[in-house]
This record gives sequence, C-alpha cells and structure tokens, in this order.
Amino acid sequence: MAAADSGLAAAGSTLALPPKLVRISGFIASLILTFIGLTAITFTIGRVMPADPVLAIVGDRASQEVYDQVFLQLGLDQPIYVQYFKYLGQLLQGDLGTSIMTAQPVADDILRFFPATLELATVATLLGIFVGIPMGVLAAVNQGRWPDHVVRIISLIGYSAPIFWLGMIAILIFYFKLDWVAGPGRLDVFYDSIVDPVSGILILDAALAGEWEIFHNAIAHLILPASILGTFALAYIARMTRSFMLDQLSQEYILTARVKGIPEWQVIWRHAFRNVLVQLITIIGLTYASLLEGSVLTETIFSWPGIGLYITNSLFNNDMNAVLGGTIVVGVCFVGINLLSDLLYKLVDPRVR
Amino acid sequence: MKTIKKILLSLAAVALLVSGASQAATPKNTFVLAKDIADIITMDPAEVFELTTGEIIANIYDRIMMFEPEDLQNLVGGVAESYEVSKDGKTITFKIRPGMKFHSGNPVRAEDVAWSLQRVVKLNKTPAFIITQFGWTAENVDSLVKAVDSSHMQITITEDFSPGLVLNAMSAGVASVVDMKLVMSHEKDGDLGYDWLKSNSAGSGAFSLKTWKANEIVTLDANKSYRHGAPGMARVILRHVAEPSSQRLLLEKGDIDMARNLTPDQVKGIMGNSDVAIDGHPKGTIVYMAANGGHPILGKQEVVQAMRHLVDYDSMANSFLAGQFVVHQSFWPAGLWGSLETIPYKQDVAKAKSLLAAAGHADGFELTIHTLTNSPFPEIAQAVQANLAKGGIKANIVTLEGKTLWPKYRAREHDIILARWSPDYVDPHSNADAFAHNPDNRLEAKLTGVLAWRNAWADDASNKLAVMARNELDLDKRKQQYLELQGMLQKTGPFVIMFQQNEQVARRKNLIGFVSGSNFDLVFYRNVTKR
Amino acid sequence: MSVVSLRGWLLAEVPESKAQARCQRLFIGWLAFKGNPVAVIGLLIIASLVMIAVLAPWITTSDALEPDLMGRLQPPGSEHWLGTDELGRDILDRIIWGSRITLYIVGLVSIIVVPIGLLIGVVAGYMGGWVDTVLMRLTDIFLAFPRLILAMALVAALGPGLENAVLAIALTTWSPFARIARAEALTIRNSDFILAARMQGVSTAGILARHVAPLCMSSVIVRLTLDMAGIILTAAGLGFLGLGAQPPTPEWGAMISLGRQYLIDQWWVPTMPGIAILVVSLGFNLLGDGLRDVFDPKSGG
Repeated sequence: MAAADSGLAAAGSTLALPPKLVRISGFIASLILTFIGLTAITFTIGRVMPADPVLAIVGDRASQEVYDQVFLQLGLDQPIYVQYFKYLGQLLQGDLGTSIMTAQPVADDILRFFPATLELATVATLLGIFVGIPMGVLAAVNQGRWPDHVVRIISLIGYSAPIFWLGMIAILIFYFKLDWVAGPGRLDVFYDSIVDPVSGILILDAALAGEWEIFHNAIAHLILPASILGTFALAYIARMTRSFMLDQLSQEYILTARVKGIPEWQVIWRHAFRNVLVQLITIIGLTYASLLEGSVLTETIFSWPGIGLYITNSLFNNDMNAVLGGTIVVGVCFVGINLLSDLLYKLVDPRVR
Repeated sequence: MKTIKKILLSLAAVALLVSGASQAATPKNTFVLAKDIADIITMDPAEVFELTTGEIIANIYDRIMMFEPEDLQNLVGGVAESYEVSKDGKTITFKIRPGMKFHSGNPVRAEDVAWSLQRVVKLNKTPAFIITQFGWTAENVDSLVKAVDSSHMQITITEDFSPGLVLNAMSAGVASVVDMKLVMSHEKDGDLGYDWLKSNSAGSGAFSLKTWKANEIVTLDANKSYRHGAPGMARVILRHVAEPSSQRLLLEKGDIDMARNLTPDQVKGIMGNSDVAIDGHPKGTIVYMAANGGHPILGKQEVVQAMRHLVDYDSMANSFLAGQFVVHQSFWPAGLWGSLETIPYKQDVAKAKSLLAAAGHADGFELTIHTLTNSPFPEIAQAVQANLAKGGIKANIVTLEGKTLWPKYRAREHDIILARWSPDYVDPHSNADAFAHNPDNRLEAKLTGVLAWRNAWADDASNKLAVMARNELDLDKRKQQYLELQGMLQKTGPFVIMFQQNEQVARRKNLIGFVSGSNFDLVFYRNVTKR
Repeated sequence: MSVVSLRGWLLAEVPESKAQARCQRLFIGWLAFKGNPVAVIGLLIIASLVMIAVLAPWITTSDALEPDLMGRLQPPGSEHWLGTDELGRDILDRIIWGSRITLYIVGLVSIIVVPIGLLIGVVAGYMGGWVDTVLMRLTDIFLAFPRLILAMALVAALGPGLENAVLAIALTTWSPFARIARAEALTIRNSDFILAARMQGVSTAGILARHVAPLCMSSVIVRLTLDMAGIILTAAGLGFLGLGAQPPTPEWGAMISLGRQYLIDQWWVPTMPGIAILVVSLGFNLLGDGLRDVFDPKSGG
C-alpha cells in the first residue's frame, strides 16, 4: 500500500491534487486491481484444469451427443477472455453462477456455508485470545522460569503440528474414547432445519430462538474443531503477546512505576498490557484472516459444512463456478481483514510509515 | 498467580457448558444412515445415473416394472399390473394398476406413465440412451409411446430388441413414473419441469423427498398410503459422511443406525462390538483393468493375456479386499441372470513370461496405470504394480479423481486404466453393450460411452454375437449367447476383469429389514424397522 | 610475524581481509547462537533430518515400496520398530525414505522462492516509482490468496504430483520475501556506499546483485527458516488431500491420509508420520527462532 501511495503521491503532486484525495483514490485503485488480479488468476486456473466440467454434469457414461449439448450450454466453446469478461460482468451483478453439485446459485450456497466457517473461526480466535493472551502475559512476567518454558513449548507445538493430524487424534480421544464432545458434523441430524437461519451462526440462532437443547448440541459439536483450529491461534497470539510484553516490561516507565510502589498486578495489566493491546489488535486480525483459510483442513476432518469444505469438494468435483465463487469470497475477506489490520496499525502506531 | 486462577476458572466454565451434551441414539421412528452422498447432483429421474441418487429415486418413484425386496430375482409389474407382448415382439401394452395415487394426491393414470417416458426422451440426458436405443426420438416418441386409454399404455420399438430386454429396461430409473400434473405446474419456459424436479420429487413410491442439501443431508418422509403398506420408518435420513473412519465412530457411538462405506479393515475392527452387525450384499460393481489398444505394446493380445496371468487375484481378495470384493472374471456380475461364473485365471508368472517373450517383450517395458484416488483403488494399483514387476513390466501409478480421470479415458489417453463399472439396468445387454459391442472404432466416432471404444478395440465376432443376443426372442438361447460372449471376452480383448463387489453394510443390531440387491438401485428402505 | 591461533584470528579487533571479516561475523553469530539452547536443539533436529535422509539406503532394511500383503498392519515390535502399514510395509523405513522427500520439497521451494522474492523485492525497493507499484501490486495479489486454497487450485489444474505441489507451494509463499527484501532495499538505497558505487559507474544490475541483495539475505534467510515449518505443513496438507506425491511414494502427509481409516485399531499407521512432521516442523521453528534472535534480537521472543 505504501508503494502505491508514494507512486501516486508523486503523480498527485504534479497534478496539484490534495494529498488526501490522492491517497484514497490510490487505495481504491489498488483494491480494484487486486480484485481483478484475484478473479483473473482464479478464473484461469479454473478453465485450465484438466478435469472436465461437462463430465461433472453429464457423467462418465454420456454419449458424445449429450456431452456436446452441455458443452455449448456452458459456453465453453468461446475464447477464454470472452468467458472471463462475461463472468466478471455477472460477478459485478452479484451472480456467481450456478453450482453443479448443489444445483443452486453459488451465491446462495456461499451464504449457506460461510457462516459456519465464520462461527468456527470466530470461536477459535476467541479461544486464542482468552487463553493465548493470559498465557503470553504469564510467560513474559515469569521470563526464564518454568511457566515461561511451558508456554513456549505449548506454543511451539501449537503451530508445528499438522492440524489435520491433531484433529484426527482429538476426535479419537475426546469423542470416541472419552465421550466429552459430540462427533463430526455441526449438529445431530434430527435437529436439522428446526432453527430458523437468521444469522447462519447456529449458536446465535438457537439462543435467539430459545431452543436450548439445540444450543447445547451445537456447542458440543463446535467445541472440538474450534479448539483444534484455536491451538494455532493460541500459539501465535501467546507468542506475540509474550514478546510484546517483554518489550514493554524492559522499559523505563515500568521501572518508575515499580519504584513508585504501584502494586505489581497493576503494573502488568494497567500499564504494560495496555500499551501492548494496540499491537495485539493487528495480530488478532491477521490470525483471524489466516484461520479463515486454515479452516479447510479442519473442516475436512470434522465434516464441518463451511466454506473450506465447500471449496474443497467443488474442486474435486470440478464445479468451477463454486470454486471461483468460494475462492473470491474468501480472498476478498482475506484482503479486507488484512487491510483493516494494516490500517489500524498505521493509525495507531506513528512510527510505522 | 491471578492469571492461572483465571485460566482454571474459564476451563471449568467450558466443561460445565459442554457436559452431558453427548447423548446419542437415534429416534425410534427415524432411520439414519451415513453414506458418501457427494455424487448426487440432481433428483430428476430423467437425469439420474449416479449410484446414490439411483438408490434414492428407487425409493421415491415406482417404476413401470420392478424388482421387489421380497423377491429380488423376479421382474414383476410395478405401476403396470400386467402386460401383453405383440406377436412380432415389437409392441408391449401395459395395464396400469388401478387406484394408485401420487404423493400429491393426484391419481396415477396411463397418461402420466406415457408422459414420463416421453419426457426422458425429449430431455435427452445421460441415461436416456437406455430407452432411446429402442429407436425413440423426440420427434417420434409421442406416437410410439402413448396412452391408448385411461388405464392402458402402449410402447412400440423400431429396433430388433428382444422384448425381454425391453421389459428389463422398464425397471430402470428412467422408467420412473412421474406426476405429470404436479411437475407441469412448475414448468418454466417449456423445460418440462426440469429445473424444479432437480431438487424436488413427484412420485408415488414408498417415500417422498423432504430436503436435499448437497453434500450434507437427504431427508425422506414416509408415504403412509403406499400400495404395499406404510413403510416401517416414518423418516429416512441419509447423512453425508465422507470419511469411512468417521462413519465407524458415529456407528459405534450410536449416532447413526447404519454405515455404508466402511472398509474391510474397519469392518474387522468393528466386529467385536456387540451392538453392531455386519451384512454382506453382493453387488453388480465390477473392478477391471483395461489396456489401451492404441498403445503399440498393449495393443497386442498376448501382452494382455500375459497380464491376466500376472495378476495375483487371490492374494488381494484375501487380504485388504477381504469381505468386500470377490474374484470374478467376466463382464456380467454373478448373481444376475446370464452371468458366467468360471474363474479361468490365477497368478502364473512362468506362463506370463513366455507369452511376453512370444510377443517379443521378454525384457519387459514401462507403462502407466491410471486409477481413482479412493480406496481400494490405490491399494489394488500398488499390488498390481508389484505383480506386473514379476513379469518385467514396470508400472507407474497415477491416481486421479473421477472427474479428472474419465475425460482422459474417454479420449483414449491412458495406457492402463484400473476402474469400476456397474450395470445401468438389469439386463446383460447393459454391460455387453459397453464391453463387447464396438461398431465403429474410429477416433471420430466418439463412442465415448462404450468401454470397448475407449480402449480402441473392435472385434467382428464379438460385435455380431452381442447384437444377436440382444435381439434373441428365446430366453434360453439368449442366456447361452451371453455365456458364450463372456467366455470370448475372457480370452480376447483389452479387459482384465478382476473383482466383483460385495457391499458390507454395518448396522446397529436393533435395525432390521434393510434390503440391498445386486444392482445399485435395488436398495429398499421401506421394510426397515427397529426392534 | 607472530603465530596466531584460529580463535585469536577470528576474534581479532581489526580484520585484515574481507574473507576474515566474513568469517569473524559468522563466528560471532555462531557464539550468540550457541548460547541459545532452544535454537541449538532446532539445529540438531534439522541436522539429524539431513543425516537420516543422506544415510537412508544404509539405515533402512527395505526400499519401503514393496507390498507384503500377509504382513499388513502389524503393531510396533522387535521386527518392525514402528509397525507396518496397510500394505505391509515397514513404517520406520517409509518415514526414513520420506525424509528425503521432505528435504526435497524444502530445498526445491527454497530455490524457487528466494531468488524470485529477492529479485522482485530488491528491484521494487531500489527502483521505486511505477516499477515499485506494479511489482507490489503483483505481490499483493498473491498475498491476497488464501495460501492452501490457491495451492490446491494450482495442483488441481496442473495435475497431482510432487513437482506440481512444490510449484504450487512456491507460488503461494514467495510474496512475504519480496516484501522483506523490498523493505531492506528501501532503507539501503540512499546510503553512502550505494551512492559511491553509483558514482563509480557500477550498473544498476551490478549494484543490486553485489551490494543490495547480499544485505537483504539475512532477513530473507531468517524468514525462510521460520516459514519452512509452514511450507512443510502445507505440503503435508496437500499430500493429505491426495494432491501431492502419488502412491507408493512415502510422503508423510499422504501416509497420514491413507492410514487415517486405521486410527482406531492400528493407531500407529497414521500417528507415526504425524509425529515425524511435528518434530521436523518444530525443528525448523526452533532454528528459525534462534537465527532471528541472533540477527535481530529486538524483534521477537
């Protein structure tokens, strides 16, 4: 973003435009360019795939006649850039095409699946925050002693372990052997379609409808995948919290506060931690964004019907519209969250330019 | 220390929240089964050809002729109460069973039956070939397939097909009787209700479709006024669980009543569980290898014959395939009328080597085996790879998803393919037409639905016999011809046929009445009850 | 001329040659590194990995590819220390051979990613202007992609296989390096010695190659080591989805995937490869942490 600013700032100054306007238009221009780049690349990949989208519809046994009929129907006979522009046009009108797998508009599918991933990623991030931050603070405060070592080891394992493997073992232990949580899936089947999907986020919808049994069941299903996904978030957040806190705790004003006789817990939380909070916000943003895409493997293991699983299935079924639509939506969110983090960081930390 | 206290408190809170949440056990009147249902893409019987959907529509729609769960070997009337074949064998008149009603309440009339068949021909989707092969086209079908009065429907064929074949075809999914009034009320732009029927149902069978969420769940509601009586369960839920290991966990915990995709090893593992029973159901799916006739070496008959002698069928069938695949070496599955059940081949490395030497390849050669990514295909491929190595053939393996593999196969881009095939309808011609009948081997002919064509193999004797058997009016003669044809393909041609599937279904002991026959759509839910 | 010991030479106040200066820097770095036990553990793990991979033909009992259908799914015991898998192959042997694949992936990705990242970052940072804008836009587009999903899509398009998986991973991981290189280049480009080189008439390419790039190397290397674990995990993820190395290649992620169904009764089949991935990932993370502490102690824990 800084590069665009400087380049355009140069352009802007020659045109004698107010710098703020230049900045904003630069920002928007780069957003549009990124969006086009995203869609172009995804689209090309989709069309280049050796798997046959026609066969996905007509099946392996189809005669050439049936095949040709569907081929023309999908518009595959036209040159690729024509197909791309047609697609882009539809995209801007909110039409993401129709999914082969579900026979529904892709936009509807995404609206159906995305909240599940949001639910998972949000709870995982919350876990990361409420467990990771205290852990990080604990480690920093006790630097070099055993709590520090324990936290560091847990963190390291958290982002060194292959998440799908961790998930598999967790299901075996916590569902199968210990019976502490519910099995793979988002909800027991007989509760399906009882609660109105107001927000798409099951625990919210169930709570709003007062259906406490369903709420309970949803949480039982949510807790394990969220914990597994959350270990990564936890590890990263704990580690960053620790390093930021260490940085703060070595500063002059902390020493001054201690000398003044302020109780230790106030020194830690009221003074040091407050200054760390701001940096943590951007870290949390980054974590959230990466969880959105990291959910792919978790959703596969836990049969969680979210966007990661949707994209994976569509990919294996050569449902190109679905893959494109899903990737674009996730990509846009990704960019959006990263941008927000970037902005927050710049706004709050005057040292970074 | 304050932080540690905080952490412990929150953990306790979470534990409280989650406790007691894992009560399992399915409701008494609901049959929940776990299956990989990712192959469902439509619910329209005129378009359905995938395994899971075939089974589902068999429970939603009654067909003109049917196989019933009480006696799976006998073809009986479904919507048709009786039929009459003309002297020349080219016209069949069906008497429609009186008093039948659709789920909507509309009566089942001869008009609906005729319209259902006409619709299949006019929409011309993938499975339409099952009836268009009789000479029906969008132009002539209205006159060749018609209701002669309110309770009689008549079909006339223009090709020389045996009426036995035609009647068998009337038990296929395309012969599902669809509620014309209901579907046409949802018609859009003259599409004959195609758009609407993709995700809805309009049948007269034991169940109706309540919901279908792709890759998630299919829910069926019982038709209490079904002609055979109300089904045992008020509701059937097919739950999508892609992972066999997850299916096993759910079954052992009682979260589901039945698991359909367990692997042989998981079946072994689950046998100790006293709440679970395993049933074996012979199925019509055949696992085979095919060699591309266009390949300079693989096109030689001796080489293919050598491969038939190199594969160690028994050791695979007795180890990782145990219980779920049996050795079968002809193109029509055992257990169906007309099947050849001889097993002429065992591993014989010496014989294979001499055949290869006679063909001029004593030093072996290299090739690629293309196959599917899902179990057990990679395992079979690896075992075959080791088998072929004994004859000096070095095989590389490439695994692909079906949707990526089939285009290659259809374009003749493979060396060897390891795949499966199941009959489209219960008549030997269904497979004979694929394996033994290639009337035009040129690349331009694009007979991509014919396996023999995909492997660039055409044989006059085989073609002749296939057509003769297809048209033969005498049933005993017809059976003999199919036996001869299968014997022929065991010695010539590009196919190394290896196994036939035995579906192992794991269910909770209290669930009984599940019937699964030899064809993919001969699966019946209506007799299922829970003790 | 007095006789000087090696250590003395390395710690001399004033180096007498460029080579000596370089050696001194490395030595001092090594001393700092050595004091960090966690980093040393990381180095040991990675060194073991390399050794195991190199010595594979001598320390394994088989080539781990041949099926032994009668000896399937044996538990860990005296004959097979980690048990056998679904086709009867010794799991320890497969893990050892798999270490070669892991190193292959790591090496190949590094060789692709570092030059590309350096090139783009350094050119963008040094040149500035519209070159910078265009290149950074390109970088941002690739950064905008969810990494695993883009890798999946690329592999699906190119066809499954180890090389394609490597390519896909490389294409999704080069962006951060470009950013780092660019940041360094931006700081350096107006410094005196660069101006001096320019006045001497050295070409831009020459400046970039011989002055700017080497200074960016240390940050890039540190970042690479830290990212290595992520690369291994992404490769394992692709292998798990069936998009990586094809059977019977003993790639660890694929081993977990094929062994997944045996988790309940023959837990060793998918668990052992998982532990291998965990240990190697851990090693790279520890090593990366250590390197970062040495080169840039302020920035991390």
